[in-house]
Amino acid sequence: MTTPWKLICEQEDLIEGAGVAAMLNGEQVAIFYIPESDSKVFVLGNWDPVGKANVLSRGLIAHLQEQWVVASPLYKQHFVLASGECLEENVQVPHWPAKLEGGHVFVAAH
Amino acid sequence: MTSTVSFLNTKPHLVVIGNGMVGHHFVEQMIDQGGHDTFQITVFGEESYLAYDRVHLSEYFTGKGAADLAMTDGTLYSEHGVRYFTNSLVTEIDREAKQLILKDGKSLSYDKLVLATGSYPFVPPIPGHKRDNTFVYRTLDDLDAIRACAKQVTRGTVVGGGLLGLEAANALKNLGLETSVVEFAPRLMPVQLDEKGGAVLKEMIEGLDVKVYTDTATKEVVDGESAFHRMNFADGSHLETDLILFSAGIRPQDALAHQSGLSVGERGGISVNNHCQTSDEDIYAIGECALWNNRIFGLVAPGYSMAKSAAGHLMGDAGVTFTGADMSTKLKLLGCDVGSVGDAHAQTQGCKVFVYQDEISQSYRKMVVSEDGKKLLGAVLVGDNSYYDTLLQYYLNAIDLPEQAQALILPAMADVPVGLGVDALPATASICSCHNVSKQDINDAVCSGALSVSDVKGTTNAGTGCGGCAALLKKVVDNELLALGVEVSTDICEHFAYTRQDLYNLVKIGEIKTFSELLKVHGKGHGCEICKPAVGSILASVWNDYVLKKEHISLQDTNDRFLANMQKDGTYSIVPRIPGGEITPDRLIVLGEVAKEYGLYTKVTGGQRIDLFGATLPQLPEIWEKLIAAGFETGQAYGKSLRTVKSCVGSTWCRYGVNDSMKMAIDLENRYKGLRSPHKIKFAVSGCTRECAEAQSKDIGVIATEGGWNLYVCGNGGMKPRHGDLFAKDLDDETLVKYIDRVLMFYTKTADRLQRTSVWMDGLEGGLDYLKEVVINDKLGLCVELEASMQHVVNTFQCEWKTTLEDPEALKTFRQFVNYEGSDSNVVFVEERDQMRPATESEKQQLIAKVG
Repeated sequence: MTTPWKLICEQEDLIEGAGVAAMLNGEQVAIFYIPESDSKVFVLGNWDPVGKANVLSRGLIAHLQEQWVVASPLYKQHFVLASGECLEENVQVPHWPAKLEGGHVFVAAH
Repeated sequence: MTSTVSFLNTKPHLVVIGNGMVGHHFVEQMIDQGGHDTFQITVFGEESYLAYDRVHLSEYFTGKGAADLAMTDGTLYSEHGVRYFTNSLVTEIDREAKQLILKDGKSLSYDKLVLATGSYPFVPPIPGHKRDNTFVYRTLDDLDAIRACAKQVTRGTVVGGGLLGLEAANALKNLGLETSVVEFAPRLMPVQLDEKGGAVLKEMIEGLDVKVYTDTATKEVVDGESAFHRMNFADGSHLETDLILFSAGIRPQDALAHQSGLSVGERGGISVNNHCQTSDEDIYAIGECALWNNRIFGLVAPGYSMAKSAAGHLMGDAGVTFTGADMSTKLKLLGCDVGSVGDAHAQTQGCKVFVYQDEISQSYRKMVVSEDGKKLLGAVLVGDNSYYDTLLQYYLNAIDLPEQAQALILPAMADVPVGLGVDALPATASICSCHNVSKQDINDAVCSGALSVSDVKGTTNAGTGCGGCAALLKKVVDNELLALGVEVSTDICEHFAYTRQDLYNLVKIGEIKTFSELLKVHGKGHGCEICKPAVGSILASVWNDYVLKKEHISLQDTNDRFLANMQKDGTYSIVPRIPGGEITPDRLIVLGEVAKEYGLYTKVTGGQRIDLFGATLPQLPEIWEKLIAAGFETGQAYGKSLRTVKSCVGSTWCRYGVNDSMKMAIDLENRYKGLRSPHKIKFAVSGCTRECAEAQSKDIGVIATEGGWNLYVCGNGGMKPRHGDLFAKDLDDETLVKYIDRVLMFYTKTADRLQRTSVWMDGLEGGLDYLKEVVINDKLGLCVELEASMQHVVNTFQCEWKTTLEDPEALKTFRQFVNYEGSDSNVVFVEERDQMRPATESEKQQLIAKVG
């Protein structure tokens, strides 16, 4: 079975070392572009379940103990970019596999 | 006729006479031990104020008010059912009837009585001692009277060159008087200092333009010719002066003991035993009125110990006894360090002495050691108290001296170990003598979870009395944390093994312009939300680049990244700069029109600006385009940078204004508006001492005076209010700006990340005096650099919104979604008081249900 990759935006829409917000099948997502990471791009839900607002795309990216995370701009909880897991609270945000190919950004929509 | 104050109560009645520091501490101790449940407690104070900090009385002249010095506002008493009466003098004790009689004739009964009546200043009974313009230095009322008199005259003289006399001389000097000190003994501070120490101190004080007459007895005070008084001395000479302040020692306030027949000492003082009980077992005496073992203890720490033992005894704990106290002291008098430990006069039989004297830098140190050279018995320090803590610990804990004991008073030289590691202190070592906190107590506090100096202060009270132990306390806490395996790391985060101050210097000296370069050269890993904004701020402080440049944008916190303040629903608020709060009607109308067009919630801020709430990301550039067209520029309310310079209208409009505070506020705001700093900075400028702009609660406060401007630094409102410290007086415009440049840049250079100036100041070793040395006297040779750094920031100011609107790459980042034109459906507003506000969760549910 092949992953159904979906084009979500262009590389030039991304900001190096930070996130942007996008729509994916009517759902808000945050796309993070980290050139020095293995997978280059990460996609999480944009909804911050602690701060209860669509803001994760506007958080700061951090590299803590060998994993890439985003710190929520509201109350600073860390969410792991690869899994959506929250390091401080018992909450989780959705995550999607993503890839950067030929200047295009693809998400595996499940 | 007498009336009776009666309290309907079945609990035994405990009355405390006297509400000074010791009386107050006693009440605190009782409350701590639940004594307010056992006793009905009543407190009488003779003064109009409740207990205040007499140790720091002089600060009343350097900017502190009565409220700052107050030890309680009465809340503690009220909350625990303690009745208190100020302005209430108890004149009689009827021990037979167990009744007290007040000055106003009222009487009340007691079961237990505590006398904490303190002392009164001794005024030598020379002819003329009661003339007008003669004062003592003990209460806030005394200080008010002195201040009023000092305004009218030019010369002041203190009779008495002891500890309090020199403190008073400093106060007169601060009030702008030509000051002299007249001491009867052959040297200054005869109790604490030996002859040489006294001589060095005299020389230092004379160097500060205070005339010192030692070995001088005043015969009489008569009318002066060129001044209000003439003091005729026993040797035939005389001194003309306008104001005389008697500070020739204290006498125990034991009038009630005499009146009621309690046993008193030959030279005064109410005799007490180890529980501080007087000759009447129901009456206790504590503090400076009490005589223990034929000694009066005129310091606050022994008074506190007495309070503790009396409270313990009343509560049935006879184990806490008062058995004397160490009278070692260290203080700063007229800016000169003076310290005295134990047997300063080398009176112990067979003792040996080490002396070090440096006539060039004016310092003198003496160590008195036991005959075998093993123990420290006493010490005298003049000129440099940095040796004090170590010496005191050797003395108090009878620690064996090191082989080269003289090193303890010699200037630090390479390879010579000095100082005593806190490791070497025994568990019983007293760290804070005011509150009698031992090293063990601190260890216990740390073990039960107090993991910082402020936590330890909170649980043990250590360091909250005179504050003299602050440096030692920090060392002990750090040491305990280390011993527990708690790493006391000053590293900013896991990516940089440096403090913020280190990083600042690395950026500046290494001419590093980007985060990635700094990380490559001095860090590891990929950075985080701690180091990125901190470095972003440092880069901006030093180079002042546009913060949304490609290489900087990922360092910025969301507020800095979008140049607006994020609110709870993810929308932003906008605060344009309104320098000094001055705004034309036309511009005010523009703000109103823009707010109306975009439906923004509008509120006036505490900093005299206007905040527009509820803008979405894509609206931000649109709104700013309109604001900039109308002449506004960014207010940087989003940045750790200068916020506002609050101001009153000043002399232009106000009847009381003495200078143009409005213009100064606008000029200052325009000068410093671009500075990125460790945390936000607030200024205010008041046009007169009425202080309508509340400048003393700001990081930088400026108050107009007849002679120019007074500068206050490191004040704070907010969670932990702090009054600004008076930094310099009567400055002209140019000097004012120069000092502010230097203070702000020194703060920017040396503070920790997110450290406000108030906390920075509290942690600055040497405090206000040190900052003055650095900024006014250029002690570190930094002033040229500090001013140049500031000038660079001023010269390279840009309105970040203007730059952003001209940069298509930057504008792109303000899209709500990169692949969709719609808005965030979770941003929902409802109306309240004719404006919109974010809907609550339940309101959103209802709205969705309706639509559905």
